[in-house]
Amino acid sequence: MQSLLTWIDERFPLTKVWQEHMAQYYAPKNFNFWYYFGSLAIFVLVLQIVTGIFLTMHYKPDASQAFASVEYIMRDVSWGWLIRYTHSTGASFFFIVVYLHMFRALLYGSHRSPRELIWLIGVVIYVALMAESFFGYLLPWGNMSYWGAQVIISLFSAVPFGIGDALAEWLRGDYVVSDATLNRFFAFHVILLPLLLVGLVYVHIVALHKVGSNNPDGIEIKKNKDAEGRPVDGIPFHPYYTVKDLFGLIIFLIIFCAVIFFAPELGGLFLEKDNFQPANILQTPADIVPLWYFTPYYSILRAVTYPLFGIDAKFWGVLSMGAAIVLFFFLPWLDRSPVKSIRYRGWMYKTALTAFVVSFVLLGWLGMRKPDGINLLLAQIGYVVYFAFFLLMPWYTKWDKTKPEPDRVTMK
Amino acid sequence: MSDERLNRRRRRFLTGLTSGVGAVGAVAVAVPFVSSMTPSERAKALGAPVEIDIGDLKPGEMKVEEWRGRPLWVLRRTDFMLSTLPELDAVVADPQSMRSEQPEYARNEHRSIRPDILVLLGVCTHLGCAPLEKFQPGAASDLGEDWRGGFFCPCHGSKFDLAGRVYKNVPAPTNLPVPPYAFVDDNTIVVGVDSGEEVA
Repeated sequence: MQSLLTWIDERFPLTKVWQEHMAQYYAPKNFNFWYYFGSLAIFVLVLQIVTGIFLTMHYKPDASQAFASVEYIMRDVSWGWLIRYTHSTGASFFFIVVYLHMFRALLYGSHRSPRELIWLIGVVIYVALMAESFFGYLLPWGNMSYWGAQVIISLFSAVPFGIGDALAEWLRGDYVVSDATLNRFFAFHVILLPLLLVGLVYVHIVALHKVGSNNPDGIEIKKNKDAEGRPVDGIPFHPYYTVKDLFGLIIFLIIFCAVIFFAPELGGLFLEKDNFQPANILQTPADIVPLWYFTPYYSILRAVTYPLFGIDAKFWGVLSMGAAIVLFFFLPWLDRSPVKSIRYRGWMYKTALTAFVVSFVLLGWLGMRKPDGINLLLAQIGYVVYFAFFLLMPWYTKWDKTKPEPDRVTMK
Repeated sequence: MSDERLNRRRRRFLTGLTSGVGAVGAVAVAVPFVSSMTPSERAKALGAPVEIDIGDLKPGEMKVEEWRGRPLWVLRRTDFMLSTLPELDAVVADPQSMRSEQPEYARNEHRSIRPDILVLLGVCTHLGCAPLEKFQPGAASDLGEDWRGGFFCPCHGSKFDLAGRVYKNVPAPTNLPVPPYAFVDDNTIVVGVDSGEEVA
């Protein structure tokens, strides 16, 4: 066995990679609950790829057969229901895990220097994930799939100077969402975006291992090393965090499986009711609602009801929706606080972050409801809070009274 | 020394030139791939503008055709039908068609290019059902004494007048959409081409 390893090591840096990234990769010893979601996101990605491969064996990307082939998977393929429900539930859990992972960064300043690139790559992953799920949602060719795609693609027609309609037509490959659209969305969903996602996750981790993980105290463990050059507050990733992450995975799987087995539709939240009817070009669903993880942005889109500078409200809505996502990229530079972790920040950042989370959840909830009366007003308030969190950040983080950071990590 | 500088400049120039030519090549290669995503010839043929002969359409009669998978209505309105429109300005939700979908040249009182010829997509703006013809004014259409003639959607009771304008307090939010269309001659219209555009 040892000689085989030597043989490989002379030809491929197997032991070296293992040591550098697992056995001798030192991570801060004070990781808490919030540090489960990175490894869980990788787990869900693998799960989606594996279940996806098996779904492709039975699914037909053809407008006349797609809906029936999904029903065929559910009824006739052995264990097909489990594979499909794992995939559909996995999509929602992917977003839950990623949202918690991103929130962790906001809590402990994981997006701050020197980890800006990790954050930027992460936001690209988030955008790619949204595209992946959008393309995937058309594939069952249910009525909500169809009209959801119709609405989202028509957003591109809001692009001015006459490019909009041509762009939407190019994306659809037809004048309405049709077989051509389904076919290309299938290609994007099973080839383009999975490749992109795997590549991006790889660079995300390479960048992370270059600078090392942040921790709940937001201080650099590399500043305090022992005689052998190891961080005093670091412990090897393997076995310490591999075991810890396995524990987190077990808890995750208990919840995940409970949803798959007992509530795979989660009351219309994970699989919408209108999607149990085949796509019908002549029958729009009563309310076209995107899946829950897009609803905050959908709310922002609909919150803009006033035309401005002679350009109609739809354009500004689309622009706001785009800005709501793009602003995440600027976060590392908007934050001017001398400390990273929420533990040493003052009331201003704590209040701002709480207000942001509340507005995000509120916008998400409103995105599933009709945008009129009080709902519209609430969405507009949520809109203001959402953007204020980003745009006022340079000031409130600078004025905020901070506490001194400790020299060593603390175990709470 | 001077030789070295000269060489470096030449190298930079050649590197720039090679990169430039390479970039042009990359753009050229992208053309077929990007173009392959535009509507195919088959899609274009199926979505092509449709020509409709309205010569045989008598006043008060409506023709149902199909355009891009949706029902298309062509109605030749009588003078009486047209006279009902101004009377209804107060009871329709969007009398000037400000919030509704139609080409600029059909954003007028009668929502059409020629006052008598009305072209509409027969798709209710509520949930996409097909509204029914209820052209008889008064009680004959089962819509009450005050009914001036128009369209009625059986799904959720939305009412539209003879210009496809939606009544107030019904589920449909906007007027029935008018597709882009143009007159080829007095007796022929073509749907899918904007009025004023070259009719192929």
